Amino acid sequence: MATLPDYRGQHPAWCPGCGNFGILKVFKDAMIEMDIEPHQITVVSGIGQAGKFPHYIKCNTFNGLHGRTLPVATGIKLSNHDMLVVAVAGDGDCYGEGGNHLIHAIRRNISVKLFVHDNQIYGLTKGQASPTSMEGMKTKNQPFGVLSEQLNPIALAIALDCGFVARGFSGDGEHLKGLIKEAVHHKGFSLVDILQPCVTFNKVNTFEWYNERVYHLESEYDPEDRTGAFKKALEWGKRIPIGIIYRNHRETLEERIPMIKDKPLVRQSFDPSKLQATQKEFY
Amino acid sequence: MDYSIKIGGEAGQGIQTIGGTLAKAFSRSGYHVFTHQDYESRIRGGHNFFQIRFSENPLTASRDRVDILVALDKESIVCHENELTETGLIIYDSSILKQKHEKKHFLDIPFVNLAIEHGGSKIMGNTAAVGAVLGMLGLNTRILEAIITDAFKKKGDEVIQGNIRTAVAGHDFALKHCQECAFSAAPESEPKMLIAGNEAIGFGAIASGCRFYSAYPMTPSTGIMNYIADKEKDYRIIVEQAEDEIAAINMALGASFAGVRAMTGTSGGGFALMVEGLSLAGVTETPIVIALAQRPGPATGLPTRTEQGDLNFALYTAHGEVPRVIFAPGTPEQAFYLTNKAFGITEKYQIPVIILTDQYLADSQWTFEKFDLNRIHYSDQRLRGNALEKFSEYKRHAFTDNGVSPLGVPGDSKHLVVTDSDEHDEEGHIIEDAETRKKMVEKRLFKKLPLLQQEIESPVVYGNNHPDIVLVGWGSTYGVMKEAVDTLSGNKNIAMLHFTEIYPFPLREKFDYLNMLNNAKLSVCIENNATGQFARLMRTETGYEFKAKINRYDGRPFTLDSLLGELDGYITGL
Ligand SMILES: Cc1ncc(C[n+]2csc(CCOP(=O)(O)OP(=O)(O)O)c2C)c(N)n1
Ligand SMILES: [Mg+2]
Repeated sequence: MATLPDYRGQHPAWCPGCGNFGILKVFKDAMIEMDIEPHQITVVSGIGQAGKFPHYIKCNTFNGLHGRTLPVATGIKLSNHDMLVVAVAGDGDCYGEGGNHLIHAIRRNISVKLFVHDNQIYGLTKGQASPTSMEGMKTKNQPFGVLSEQLNPIALAIALDCGFVARGFSGDGEHLKGLIKEAVHHKGFSLVDILQPCVTFNKVNTFEWYNERVYHLESEYDPEDRTGAFKKALEWGKRIPIGIIYRNHRETLEERIPMIKDKPLVRQSFDPSKLQATQKEFY
Repeated sequence: MDYSIKIGGEAGQGIQTIGGTLAKAFSRSGYHVFTHQDYESRIRGGHNFFQIRFSENPLTASRDRVDILVALDKESIVCHENELTETGLIIYDSSILKQKHEKKHFLDIPFVNLAIEHGGSKIMGNTAAVGAVLGMLGLNTRILEAIITDAFKKKGDEVIQGNIRTAVAGHDFALKHCQECAFSAAPESEPKMLIAGNEAIGFGAIASGCRFYSAYPMTPSTGIMNYIADKEKDYRIIVEQAEDEIAAINMALGASFAGVRAMTGTSGGGFALMVEGLSLAGVTETPIVIALAQRPGPATGLPTRTEQGDLNFALYTAHGEVPRVIFAPGTPEQAFYLTNKAFGITEKYQIPVIILTDQYLADSQWTFEKFDLNRIHYSDQRLRGNALEKFSEYKRHAFTDNGVSPLGVPGDSKHLVVTDSDEHDEEGHIIEDAETRKKMVEKRLFKKLPLLQQEIESPVVYGNNHPDIVLVGWGSTYGVMKEAVDTLSGNKNIAMLHFTEIYPFPLREKFDYLNMLNNAKLSVCIENNATGQFARLMRTETGYEFKAKINRYDGRPFTLDSLLGELDGYITGL
């Protein structure tokens, strides 16, 4: 069984007080508690502060391009569905640069676990607005404040009938750890949008700002009621719900591909015995 | 015997069915066949044609002259009547064209009525046309009947028999009414295989153990995806239609990282979107094969036509200094073997390999006796299971003498496989220090190069070994250059030099092609583009300047006659 030292990676280059530390800690804890070993996970990440995540733990890693985590993760999962495939992205990475891929990964329902470190800002590039920045927020690049409406990833995902949609908060570790585990256990694509203060560049959505607003979903809340979930998804402002907002039990992409019913693709050796017959078709 | 048949009409009229069926009938009869297609970017209407040339001798290009024109619309007559040979004929159905031609070289055949009368449905009219062409040539319908039986297996016996009766009716009608027919077909022989460029790449990929193909549809590359998707089940391949080309290449890289052979394919516009992914393949040293089927640009250009306009793009694109290998097959046979070589090289050296074709090669069908499956190599370079477990320590990007690091499969052992698009250390973790950076650059760009260069074959020579005239080209001009050499070699010392494996540029150790060029009186670089991109590459790599250049950039391929016409001006003075 893996222990904390097995998961210790490089020393993080994040700013002191960054919300990413909270996510990093509970992610490791969740893996250990689920008895998952580092070599059984592949983390695909993009570029941004969030993208550095896999270097700070131990796991198989594909730290790819800005915005392109989901296609890489999809290729990996289709080739080896025994592997736990996690995608870690920033809000800019996943909702901006790679927005198209999010839509289609949800449609495919490939069993990739997507954790978005949503600090509502571009951290690595020093403080420009992201798709989830709130309207009116002023930055160097948005001197009149953000003019576009804030993207609501939760509502977007529910509209696409995403299999698992949750929101967490880096400041509520125990709760977030639970969401990570649920996301991993869910069969199909999981999106966990994690609110995370950027202490250096986002002076609006601070730790206190989030802390005052987030609340756990009521125990009687039914995440399988899509209409109710959509309503819940629209809640943002004075109160921000965290927890599993929507869940369904669609068949996954891997389950629907006949070639990998019995075994992952990567475990099936190449069989050239039919090539002569295939060549005959050209006559 | 050297006949050309052209089927012209609007999109949606079944030109491809008629052309494809005739080509198959000829190849099964043992003739050498060459077909090419010219179509517009539309589903209905417009003017399109399918051209078939066949002979008892090998063929590698189309001619300009036509022996039989099957006109499914009026436009075909307007466009192609002047291409007829002395003995050439046009067949048409006056009930479809709503006009009657009385001239001697026209033959009105009631395709539709024959179909209704003998097959019971007017949709079999095209089968009557196929039968009629065979009748005109004095061939029987035996092979055609077998092809019909195969093609309509799923539709049942009634459809098969109806089509066969219609084919025979078309055949007999032509035989009886074609007073002007002066054709005589050569004796039949052993069946040949008939294969197009795209199919050859698809077949080559399958034969090389490709297990994952992700792409976004784009003419003229889509045929590769179609072919592989058709074989998905037999060979346990996953074909995923991506949401865009960016996703396509990133998915393929994910699959390759996970441990399976992966490929993507596109045309220039899609390749433009893949460029960042190509760079990613370079820095992460992830094996990938990319088929780039060119069409004329810029931007959307002429979507269904042909050009060799993306050589520079393939050579120089991607940010940063990204190593790559580029193959430019000239025939489906070369495409087949080179696709296999591409999979071998990309896995052995962990460098992306691009297979550069174009619409002309992608859609052209050629005949061959067979492809030799014994020439297909498959050697798994990945470290799986125990082979990986045995390492006391594993580093995905470890420095080695030849620059190639062990390619581990993640999940197969306790060893972690880590890679990064950021510059990284041997383990694959992000770094910034100058020393590691320098060593990584050297590993990727320089250390692998000497061995890789040894793998690159010399250009193909065809014709005289001490030529006065050398025709030089790359990619799809192979066939037409070869026939030009055949035609001119009667009274000239002439040869072709075909650069099939373009990059890294072939060394001169095995064969000093520069020597051949320097000793020739005339060297002509023939390219299907406006600026002579290969001529420039040659100058960059060797300092050699061609004496003449022939460029075609109207979106159409060279035909033998057009090339001979252009060459004439240079050769007569010699
Ligand atoms: C193609 C491309 N465009 C732009 C960038 C520059 N870039 C790197 S990270 C980033 C945004 C980071 O924001 P986010 O994804 O929210 O991550 P964070 O740093 O906030 O965690 C940008 C614009 C890049 N690396 N690649
Ligand atoms: Mg961010």
